[in-house]
Amino acid sequence: MSFLKRTVPMIIAFIMGILMVFQYYVPHEASQNLLKVVTRWGMIISGFAMFIGAYSLFHLHWNKIKLKVSGWGYSVFVFFGAGITIIFGLYNGGEFFWNDKQVGTMFDWLFDYVQVPAGATIFSILAFFMASAAYRTFRARNKEATILLISAIIVMLGRVPIGTMISQYIPIAADWIMSVPNLAAKRAILIGVSIGVIATSIKIIFGIERAYLGGGD
Amino acid sequence: MNKTLVIYILFILTLSYTSLTFGMGRGKSDFEAFDTPNDSGNSISLRWPSSPDESTNAEYIVFVSTNKNGPFEIEALHIKSNDMYEEGTDSSYHIAHIETNNLLITEISNNNDNINYFFKLVKRSNIDSVNIGMIESATPKGNWFNKLRLNNFIIMIIFSIIVLGCIKHAKKVQGLFIRKIKGLDAIDDALGRATEMGKPALFVHGLNDMDSISTIAAINILGKIALRVAEYDTPLKVSNIYPIVLSVSQEVVKESYLEAGRPDAYIADNVFLAASEQFPYVVALSGIMTREKPAANFFVGYFYAESLILAETGAATGAIQIAATDAFTQLPFFITTCDYTLMGEELYAASAYLSRDPLLLGSLRAQDITKAIIIGVIVFGAFLATCGVDFITFLFKPG
Repeated sequence: MSFLKRTVPMIIAFIMGILMVFQYYVPHEASQNLLKVVTRWGMIISGFAMFIGAYSLFHLHWNKIKLKVSGWGYSVFVFFGAGITIIFGLYNGGEFFWNDKQVGTMFDWLFDYVQVPAGATIFSILAFFMASAAYRTFRARNKEATILLISAIIVMLGRVPIGTMISQYIPIAADWIMSVPNLAAKRAILIGVSIGVIATSIKIIFGIERAYLGGGD
Repeated sequence: MNKTLVIYILFILTLSYTSLTFGMGRGKSDFEAFDTPNDSGNSISLRWPSSPDESTNAEYIVFVSTNKNGPFEIEALHIKSNDMYEEGTDSSYHIAHIETNNLLITEISNNNDNINYFFKLVKRSNIDSVNIGMIESATPKGNWFNKLRLNNFIIMIIFSIIVLGCIKHAKKVQGLFIRKIKGLDAIDDALGRATEMGKPALFVHGLNDMDSISTIAAINILGKIALRVAEYDTPLKVSNIYPIVLSVSQEVVKESYLEAGRPDAYIADNVFLAASEQFPYVVALSGIMTREKPAANFFVGYFYAESLILAETGAATGAIQIAATDAFTQLPFFITTCDYTLMGEELYAASAYLSRDPLLLGSLRAQDITKAIIIGVIVFGAFLATCGVDFITFLFKPG
């Protein structure tokens, strides 16, 4: 069992890891074809994994309804929303799902006039969260917070016309903050992240990091 | 030994530099066709010197044939004469890459191998049409190594050697020093608080699928958290947005409970798919945070615009929040709203830090050594650039 659960996945990870590393350096058509095949495998696996996801979602919400746990009423809407969408998706504007997807069907209507506006609404809430987070952060409690507060004020003023009206140097200072200290910090983080990614990849390829297989060691 | 290593590294980097700088250099000549270097074998490059009378009124047309004597009737390229100059030649040369798969030559459409293509360059203006180049031919060939990525390849090999060397060294030396990471030390406190309060802990995966290294790093951290949670007998809720991440998370959490000797405490429904889209995911999790009020929230992985909404909602419920992400655009939001934030590389260090496995700790040392080398190169490069020498820029040029 350990052979199937540990050794085989590690061998597959090693072979595929090495192949995909070298694929990046080999422009030959054979290498491009390998990438296409592997990408296709990924898509096929994702397709089958959708069933696991759907099962998890429905099982979770069915249990909530069955046990009448707090907020079980919301779970009814999961079945209601998913049911309607699936029905119209399969109906496909009268052409049914075995034909090409039709345009302008009820399925599209649900997406355009229910899902997209609902998503946009949640996204728009972000502005209020930003204001509340900024209010808490920009209190000058110590030296670092004061520097952050001053920088933020300069950058915010430098991005709107009123900043230029106050002083022509404010947009210049804002640009300098963004392109020098901000960019330097961003690049430092990116370099650290890249090194971390490479180190983690090497550990996975050589089977040193096995936590993703479950059980830690 | 160290001296030899430094000389060796400098030698191969210089080799990479000379390859990048001079490998592509071609002598001045008339119209020329050649196999595009570093490609899959479906492209031919054309290069010809520019003339002083180029303008938008004049055009270059390149005709193609598989026969040296023509007929040259199929257009392979049609551009304004003041377009497509070769980079770095001060507009002295034009260059064009012709995709041979797109050439409408029926007899060769099915088999592109070893075909010799003949090209004829014509310059046409409002007044006349003139052949300005000889007929040139080339055969496209696939390359087995992209020389433009030689520098990247060498750096990758050097870094891999450093990582594997440090891991080997770590096997021999016990008790490697690693700096404290407050966010990781706080995991135990957060879980302890959740246990005392009798509330669950919530682990939120980022928005990347299993093919992202940050998701794999998140899974590694999840395994360690699940182990502690199983020991403390505290419920752990794990939200996912991708079914594959869900399957892996279920397996990892289950194994951790098994390892802790508490397989009976594992509840499959606690590792769940919250939604499959970004904002429905946010809504589902905000609902869970508001209704169930988890005592500890962990945001681990790669996040986008949803980070602030999630973290602010969690902060409003009074939970201890620990975030770990390599998404630098979202770091300010997490720093603002979470109690502890693991920034960038700390996400990848977490697994080693929590497990204290000497082999994993060795890789952390390798990361530090590599960072030291990079800092040295940046300082040295800045000094050279100030003196007007910019060869280090070529060493790190992306291919």
